[in-house]
Amino acid sequence: MNEFLQLFSQYNVPGAFLVNIELTLWSALFSLILGVVLLMMRISPISSLRTVAGAYVEFFKNMPLTIIMVFMVLGAFAQLKLTFSNSFATNFFWLAVTGLSLYTAAFVCESLRSGINTVPLGQAEAARALGLNFMQSATQIILPQAFRGSVAPLGNTLIALLKNSTVAAAASVATETSSLMSEMIEFHANSIVAIFLIFAFGYVILIIPIGALTTVLSNKLAVRR
Amino acid sequence: MSRNNNESSVLFDEPGPKGKRNIRIANWVGGVIVAVLVVLILMRLHNPPDGENQLGWELWKPALDGEAWTDFYLPGLWMTVKAAVLAVIGSVVFGLIFGIGRLLPSKIVKVVSGVIVEFCRAVPVLMFMIFFWRLFSFMGIQSASYWAVVLGLILYNGSVVAELVRSGVGNLPGGQREASLALGLTTTQSLMQIEVPQAIYAMLPAAVTQLVVVLKDTALGSIIMYTDLLQESRRLGSMYFNILQTLVVAGVVYFIVCALLSKLAEWLPSRMQARTAAPTEPEPVAPIAIMDASNVNQIAVAKELDEDRYGGAPNKYHVHHAGSNATARGWRRQRYEQGYDATQPDSERDPERLEFPEIPLPVVHPHRNPHAHDGDSQRHQDKRS
Repeated sequence: MNEFLQLFSQYNVPGAFLVNIELTLWSALFSLILGVVLLMMRISPISSLRTVAGAYVEFFKNMPLTIIMVFMVLGAFAQLKLTFSNSFATNFFWLAVTGLSLYTAAFVCESLRSGINTVPLGQAEAARALGLNFMQSATQIILPQAFRGSVAPLGNTLIALLKNSTVAAAASVATETSSLMSEMIEFHANSIVAIFLIFAFGYVILIIPIGALTTVLSNKLAVRR
Repeated sequence: MSRNNNESSVLFDEPGPKGKRNIRIANWVGGVIVAVLVVLILMRLHNPPDGENQLGWELWKPALDGEAWTDFYLPGLWMTVKAAVLAVIGSVVFGLIFGIGRLLPSKIVKVVSGVIVEFCRAVPVLMFMIFFWRLFSFMGIQSASYWAVVLGLILYNGSVVAELVRSGVGNLPGGQREASLALGLTTTQSLMQIEVPQAIYAMLPAAVTQLVVVLKDTALGSIIMYTDLLQESRRLGSMYFNILQTLVVAGVVYFIVCALLSKLAEWLPSRMQARTAAPTEPEPVAPIAIMDASNVNQIAVAKELDEDRYGGAPNKYHVHHAGSNATARGWRRQRYEQGYDATQPDSERDPERLEFPEIPLPVVHPHRNPHAHDGDSQRHQDKRS
């Protein structure tokens, strides 16, 4: 017990988790926006947009996140001089958010697409029969129902995003959990198991409510047909 | 109207001449925008602010020539494949042990395997890798980073496979277990000899998709200094200051290998469907909530709806996707509560009171023929339910 208290007083463990949560929330926001845009492109009548969105999703589904994160720092930042801020820490944070958002948007798009498939054919037909055009029927009829049908896969994606935010270590975000865990193990090699358990249970504690909330929401919001 | 199974086709009418013209214009506009974006990116690459031309051959040549392949990429790819193959074998073993463990009748075994699987699924893979890497180094094990990568991948992907086994058994059509129990097998025998073998065929396509995840996640090893493809390309890039180029080459290699595996996973379901009564699924959708697998396969349900979109009789047993349960009743209850099981007549009844129909005793009435008697007992049953 003493061991734990000493570790907690010496290192800012909740602060590290906060960095991961911030990474997750910002990336969730941006990837949701990008994912919805990709979805609209993917179901639109315009074939070139469909192709582009399909290629985007296919690309990021088959690309390791680590290589994207490394690319953000060593390629986009170091060689192409893509910068968000003058301070290194802020800059790397936003580079990591960019990488995570680009990667997760593909999975958000796939989740929403599975939600679109739960909307019965009759809904789209009725919308067309009422004379709504593509944008109107998509935004007013299909997407609201699709969102309700895709709560579960979206929750899955959010959990994956929270876990993936540790890969920000590859994008030189030094304050997040996996980097802090490395640092703590380096200086307290004797309590390596205790350190690991602190972080592991931190994630378990974060993920259980998300999972429970997703289950409740997906049952509550599912359109009964 | 074209009858492709693309969900896009339900959202708009087959365009008329005017619509076709508009779409053509929009296609051109879209094409021009993409072309402009590509040109802008190439210009940025050609002339980045206070940097050198990233498109120059002097930067691309060391990233592409024979030495780069023989000394860096191919050894790196070999290390990646080596870790991925061992991790896949290990996670199948892990998954089978704990997946079956969660289905066994013993309470203790069930709870222990459940806790292990849920723990391994909740902790990020990178955390496992860093922990095992440091631990193995302290213990003085040779090639600590290799074993850390393999073990980290086994624990996470093994727990996903465990869930696949569990949902594969849960997705078997009702009657498999009942039939084996009726033949006199014990619950465990029925599980090991009847249910799990079928579940394995059903989960194979999903497991192949999981292979892609394993292969992608080996790249995490570069963070703990494992000399995989990504790490080797970084080393090569830092030698010639062309890390952007070497990362692009490594990315292309990763993409090709993963895309080939994805194609295999798309092709497998039709092959495997012949060998099992359970639905085979191309995408693994691990249950999200801890200790709750009821919302597992909404994507799969959605897909099936999609298949029946254009008419045709719905499959009788289409919604066996709930996953998770070992007992048919628990599964039916979840389907019932979620309201998905419209085509499954049994789920419409209250599953708590779901009873097996009573077999009518052959009472011989000399004045009635047997057919009339059958009809009579049928009416009795209907009244009961």
